[in-house]
Amino acid sequence: MKPKNQRLVLVVAAVVALIAAALLAMWGLRSQASYFYTPADIAAGKAHEGEAMRLGGMVERGSVQHLRDGVTIRFVVTDGKAKTPVIFRGIAPDLFREGSGAVAEGRLENGTFVADTILAKHDERYMPPQLGNLSAEHKAGKTLEK
Amino acid sequence: MIAEAGLAALWLAAGLAALQFVLMILALRSDFEAARAMRSIAVVQGVLTLVAFAMLLIVFARSDMSVLLVFENSSAVKPFIYKVAGAWGNHEGSMLMWVTILAVAGAFVALLAHRTSERTLLAALGAQAVLALGFYAFLLIASNPFARLWPAPPDGQGLNPLLQDPGLAFHPPTLYLGYVGLSVAFSLAVGALLTGEVDSRLARAMRPWVLGAWILLTLGITAGSYWAYYELGWGGYWFWDPVENASLMPWLAATALLHSINVLAARGALKAWTMMLAVIAFSMSMVGTFLVRSGILTSVHAFAIDPQRGTFLLALLAIYVGAAFILFAVRGASLKEGAPFELISRESGLVINNLILSVVLGVVFVGTLYPLFVEAVSGEKLSVGAPYFNAVAGPLALILAVLVGIGPLLAWRRERRQVFKRLTIPALLGITAVVITIILWPSMHILPRLGFTVAAYLAAASILPLIGRNPFRAPLATWGMVMAHFGIAVALLGMAANAAFTSERLAIAKPGDTLTVGPWLILLQDVTPTAGKNWTAVEAELRATRGSAVVTLKPQTRYFSDPPTETNESAIQTFWNGQLYTVVGKPDASGAWQLRLWWKPFVTLIWAGGALIALGGALALVGRLWRLAWRRRPDADWRRERYT
Repeated sequence: MKPKNQRLVLVVAAVVALIAAALLAMWGLRSQASYFYTPADIAAGKAHEGEAMRLGGMVERGSVQHLRDGVTIRFVVTDGKAKTPVIFRGIAPDLFREGSGAVAEGRLENGTFVADTILAKHDERYMPPQLGNLSAEHKAGKTLEK
Repeated sequence: MIAEAGLAALWLAAGLAALQFVLMILALRSDFEAARAMRSIAVVQGVLTLVAFAMLLIVFARSDMSVLLVFENSSAVKPFIYKVAGAWGNHEGSMLMWVTILAVAGAFVALLAHRTSERTLLAALGAQAVLALGFYAFLLIASNPFARLWPAPPDGQGLNPLLQDPGLAFHPPTLYLGYVGLSVAFSLAVGALLTGEVDSRLARAMRPWVLGAWILLTLGITAGSYWAYYELGWGGYWFWDPVENASLMPWLAATALLHSINVLAARGALKAWTMMLAVIAFSMSMVGTFLVRSGILTSVHAFAIDPQRGTFLLALLAIYVGAAFILFAVRGASLKEGAPFELISRESGLVINNLILSVVLGVVFVGTLYPLFVEAVSGEKLSVGAPYFNAVAGPLALILAVLVGIGPLLAWRRERRQVFKRLTIPALLGITAVVITIILWPSMHILPRLGFTVAAYLAAASILPLIGRNPFRAPLATWGMVMAHFGIAVALLGMAANAAFTSERLAIAKPGDTLTVGPWLILLQDVTPTAGKNWTAVEAELRATRGSAVVTLKPQTRYFSDPPTETNESAIQTFWNGQLYTVVGKPDASGAWQLRLWWKPFVTLIWAGGALIALGGALALVGRLWRLAWRRRPDADWRRERYT
């Protein structure tokens, strides 16, 4: 191959790889990205049953129930506007507490959120940005209620 | 006084970096005699940053609470090792470490690089100084690590307990060394683009840096994966967390660069391509630093949410990467393409390797940044997790693993022999693996089955370059390549075994109860309180039996007081054929405890494979440096390099 052709082939190969990566990523994102919803979004019907998603909000006080098997819990997540019941089988993370923020990964089944994973606030200073806004809104809501 | 000395050293170093940049411009315009002083300036600058970093270590070791950073991130009751490691376990300290490594790397370039021309070397030193200058500005303006606090409080606020682990002490420095090692490749590429001297000499000067950075990144990723595995107590080894991706992306780019640089060194081909990869590799390091340090991610590792810092880092990233791309666009086209090669040749094999790695890098990059992009544009929140990355990157990785067995068998320029004949035995091994998994485990998922197949094939194919010749006369670099490629097969085997054969048990138990997981019978003997230097804990005592083997495991849940946090300390017992992994959770009202148990056959091979890959890199590096030391002849022709 002549050097000039060789360079052309290399450039074409690089462009093809770039396009392939873009198409692959678009296909993957369309089928696999999971959206972040709040209970209000779910109440408004934005989320579809069975689709992978994240649910974020505050764990409602007094809502955590332990089931008979000892490793399944039910609780309610609220954003001050709406409530979503959640069921989770596993060891809840270290900082999972009533009245504090949590993000659950899973899917909706018959109106109940079945969580595969629960991510809780990791220490007293750290707050996921997604929950930062939420807790401000929540606090604002509370002050209004008072 | 110590903190002020550190700050002064930092200002001086910044001044020298600015001087170094000015001298570079003068040197490029004319053959400016004084520019030769750049070498000494680079060395002094490296020493000054080391002094600044040492001062930070001292204030942390002494728990000097009058320094704001110490107050915020340390406490007097911490074990000594975590006091010292706390110096870089926070934003300001880690940025100081970053710039220290950057400046010290510049000093080593000035001391050691004899293989490039003087002009290219000076241009590279100038580029390195510009890189450092941005980070000095960042430290001095937006994140001064030596800021004082008055009056000095009696004790500090402590360190995130999740990070009080030997992993913290060594993991970030390893990754940073890797990131910043790539900065040298970047600076050399920029220097060579400026002078137009992109040739095999440059590639050979750049190669040890790329290799060294790549080894450290490999080690850092492997260690980080093991840290997440035992510390987070979820039993997984890779979560596709954005912070993990931040270290994976530079690694992917460095892996591609490592392969293409060999083409440039041995054959003088792929010039523009290799320069592009050198720019991309360090850009990915900067993207990684930006992701972790700006705090824009929802992740364990993102400490602070501080928009000013994020913006500053983003601006630095845009300036450096933008400037490098413009330089590449201006100069890249005028580079002469080197020696030609045929479609079936070692060069083509390496090009395909580069293309696949670039596509993987692209999809990981898009998947990592897409949620940030969408939120910035539309305010909609979404996350991209394991399902995406496994679906798009998994198959590509398997294809690449198949090709890894073929590439090293091809000859440079053109391949005339029947290469595929040599692959008969590896192919047969792969087929055997398929047949065995179908007979024994007909319901196995497709990915682990493919994993076993490719692992069996690659384990045999990877050692072929040493067969049919006297293996003891093969260069060390060849041994290194074989070992690294064999390591891929080992890691793949571990991943497939973990995916196919892991047994999990989640249940509650009272003391005296027995549970089974995989081949193990596990008795909960007792749950007792215990305490460490700055934590209290409940500890479960588990007696595990399998046949005649008996082991005791003691998982804990720890409670830290400053700041108040709990962590699950898993207890893991390693056997030759797997790991028993146990976590204790919380008690219920009746006094029964939650237990989570895993039996993970051959899971350790994942990290053993990673270690082999890094060790292979180290062998190659020793081989290369040996040659550089013995054959330091600037006129050495590329044809002379007996490369295999």
